[in-house]
Amino acid sequence: MSNVTVTVNGKSHTVDVAPETLLVELIREKLRLTGTHVGCDTSQCGACVVHVDGVAVKSCTMLAMTADGASVTTIEGLANGSALHPMQEAFREHHGLQCGFCTPGMIMSAVDIVNRKGSDLDEHTIRDELEGNICRCTGYHNIVKAVAAGAKAMKGGAKPARAAE
Amino acid sequence: MSATGIGAAVRRKEDQRFITGTGNYTSDISRPGELRAYFVRSPHAHATIKKVDTKAAEKMPGVAAVLTGADLANDKIGGLICGWAITSKDGTPMKMGAHPAIAADKVRCVGDAVAVVLAETLRQARDAAEAVEVDYGVLPSVVDPAKAAAKGAPQIHDVAPNNMIYDWHLGDKAATDAAFASAKHVTKLDIINNRLVPNAMEPRAAIAEYDQGNDALTLWNTSQNPHVARLVISAFVGMAPEHKLRVIAPDVGGGFGSKIFIYPEEVVALWAARRVKRPVKWVSDRSEAFLTDAHGRDHVTHAELAIDANNKITGLRVHTIANIGAYMSTFSSSVPTYLYATLLSGQYAIPAIYAEVDAVYTNTAPVDAYRGAGRPEATFVVERLVEVAARELGLDPAEFRRKNFVKSFPHQTPVIMTYDAGDYDASLTKAMDLIDYKNFGKRKAESEKHGKLRGIGFSTYIEACGIAPSQAVGSLGAGVGLWESAEVRVNPTGSIEILTGSHSHGQGHETTFAQLVSDRLGVPIETVSVVHGDTDKVQFGMGTYGSRSGAVGMSAIVKALDKIEAKAKKVAGYMMEASGDDIEFKDGKFTVKGTDKSVGWGDVTLNAYIAHKFTGGQLEPGLKEGAFYDPTNFTFPAGCHIAEVEIDPETGKTTIAKWVAVDDFGNIINPMIVEGQVHGGIAQGVGQAMLEGASYNSDGQLVTGSFMDYAMPRAADLPSFKVDTTVTPCPSNPLGIKGCGEAGAIASPAALINAITNAVGHENVPMPATPSTVWKAAQGGMKKAAE
Repeated sequence: MSNVTVTVNGKSHTVDVAPETLLVELIREKLRLTGTHVGCDTSQCGACVVHVDGVAVKSCTMLAMTADGASVTTIEGLANGSALHPMQEAFREHHGLQCGFCTPGMIMSAVDIVNRKGSDLDEHTIRDELEGNICRCTGYHNIVKAVAAGAKAMKGGAKPARAAE
Repeated sequence: MSATGIGAAVRRKEDQRFITGTGNYTSDISRPGELRAYFVRSPHAHATIKKVDTKAAEKMPGVAAVLTGADLANDKIGGLICGWAITSKDGTPMKMGAHPAIAADKVRCVGDAVAVVLAETLRQARDAAEAVEVDYGVLPSVVDPAKAAAKGAPQIHDVAPNNMIYDWHLGDKAATDAAFASAKHVTKLDIINNRLVPNAMEPRAAIAEYDQGNDALTLWNTSQNPHVARLVISAFVGMAPEHKLRVIAPDVGGGFGSKIFIYPEEVVALWAARRVKRPVKWVSDRSEAFLTDAHGRDHVTHAELAIDANNKITGLRVHTIANIGAYMSTFSSSVPTYLYATLLSGQYAIPAIYAEVDAVYTNTAPVDAYRGAGRPEATFVVERLVEVAARELGLDPAEFRRKNFVKSFPHQTPVIMTYDAGDYDASLTKAMDLIDYKNFGKRKAESEKHGKLRGIGFSTYIEACGIAPSQAVGSLGAGVGLWESAEVRVNPTGSIEILTGSHSHGQGHETTFAQLVSDRLGVPIETVSVVHGDTDKVQFGMGTYGSRSGAVGMSAIVKALDKIEAKAKKVAGYMMEASGDDIEFKDGKFTVKGTDKSVGWGDVTLNAYIAHKFTGGQLEPGLKEGAFYDPTNFTFPAGCHIAEVEIDPETGKTTIAKWVAVDDFGNIINPMIVEGQVHGGIAQGVGQAMLEGASYNSDGQLVTGSFMDYAMPRAADLPSFKVDTTVTPCPSNPLGIKGCGEAGAIASPAALINAITNAVGHENVPMPATPSTVWKAAQGGMKKAAE
């Protein structure tokens, strides 16, 4: 066991973890932030996507110890207090979710796509960029609409994600 | 229409918690002092268990207990059952083999549990599971349903000779044979309806807790129907009496049928929690889900269509072998029988139909309902037959369909169902307009200029939903009634709680059910909350599947609201010194007829509880009513999906160029949610037709056991869909609702395969039509192989 210090959603935590502990286990089980989900065991589904130092990461693919010193944003840290992030708002407005299980990872990936590709995203780009996130409910139709609208709203001066972004 | 009433695209109330990461799924729950459970599972498809040695595992760090099938049997915990009795042609009952939650003597599929390890942490449990030594006597196995009943095939259950569970039939054989004997043309197809893994994104989970002081158990699980789970675990497994067992299905991350069933792991969690007197938590990992969730489809079918000289369909006959897997899952027997053969008339007036279904055991995971359940298989048979027949006869596939449509209602089919309402011409015509069918030829020519093949395919489907009239399903073998319950609790301040036996796992009930109440009572939607998924809160319910929550679940709410309104009028009458019969209720206001005297909703609800305006002899205080609603018929959603594809013959890559869906769901509460259901259904159908296929090798190993081997539809695999509706209100329930949850998955595989076969110019394109399959087809290779 060894100590890992991570800043999660703006708050610093020092946690004693076993070397094999995954970042997602630290987030869900040690910090009890259960918005980040686990939908597979092969790093395929993307339900566990968080931002580490501003970059989207599948938190089931990263050891907790390698996040030592990093700044992590999870879905719980995306809103600014009670004001939703524009991407969260867009998912609701465009019915981009049904059961909600893939949603945290989808939204975190979507924000990352905008961070990397800008806010003027065409359908083809969005569909390609969502390669690493699986949704079984929506057929992606409304997710694609939500990401496009959320991207535009992010450009429109709405506050970007907190923490490292 | 108000902004939050029936017909409005109200944004979902439940989304706030899902988009902020504050949902409450079973795996998010942690109970003080909980142990983690990890199952030791069979690596063999078929084997006797000679010995299970747990000694080494028990000594591993953190291990609290290692329990086996022998322990389960010693504690007299019953096995799992299938709740729908099907009878063979000769009148004998189906042959149901025992299904213990942990195997004691024999394993029958890879993934069968042979022991469970309980430890302080998941990692400790997993490590200790490695130390459990199981001595197996490996037996030959069979995975192909077409070979399961063959002479010399391995015997899976002693009670089912030749692995035959039932050979069942429906329809008039003599009349059907006569139709074929006099047919001008007969179209024949051999069809494999590929096996699918439902793969809801939330893996199954169960947490069990034992309350020693009250000798009571609580189970949190990922269930579509917690009350049915409690009933089965109590009455058949014999875990605890119903009043000592609470089942809570909190937020559930998708189900698609796979979370209807009662699974071994939740039985084991309950039993283990009581045994070790600590909470026990089990969360499936995805690999386990692939092996142990009930799979879907898996039919091998020969189908024939008889057509007369006037191009009218005169008969249809099918023989289907249905793979049930290693054990009969909860509703497995009904899927290839009453949910399948009863829909073989499609949208067509077919005078004679005869279906034979053989259900067989194999050494594979159990197969049960998956989105559409039987109806996608029926639709694929009918819509492929009709499309191919039109091609063989040189007829336009749309016009051939139109000529044979049922045109007057009610319509009695030869396979039980009475269609109550529909307009199949209307949905076909609208879909053809939306996809610009008349210019398809131009688009095809354009594709050909670029060396591409273009095809178009129809699927004019029908399904039976709103499951179901209890007496009718009882007469067909169902072990339960399929009504729904609702309770409306109005608080003194006028806010309302709706308790429903339906269960939402993505469908948006918290919004649509509140819309209904807001519309009916004229109250703000924010003042209505929906409570579901807890057997201690909701008295009983049958759950959500079979597109039944709108047609059946909401109808129960309507019935309870009728009672609420009647009583509230009496209260208002006492308040205004008028007879309750003279009170009109509109937009949240109670008015004495013909006067300007009125009181508001909040005044009436408060007076119902303070009870100062009436005596106990005149009226009971309070405002709370319940209702059970049993539907009078199935509902019959129907419509037309058209797929248009472009294929690169050099690579076999199929691109869906256009997709149009025009569905008749009857009246619609929330069009945004309904469209979302259609999108998701189409995606699952496209998955079946182009991407997904669960595959076992001859040793019974699942070779598509992860998201790396099993092709789930991803965003880039799908187009945007053009979705529209036509409306014929359903006459069989008070809201005129037909249901929308399964339509997309039912309609879409046939539309897509019809489009691909149209493009490549012959019919031998099995599902999933992967690039390699389509490439071979496009090159004519498969045609040659078939000849």
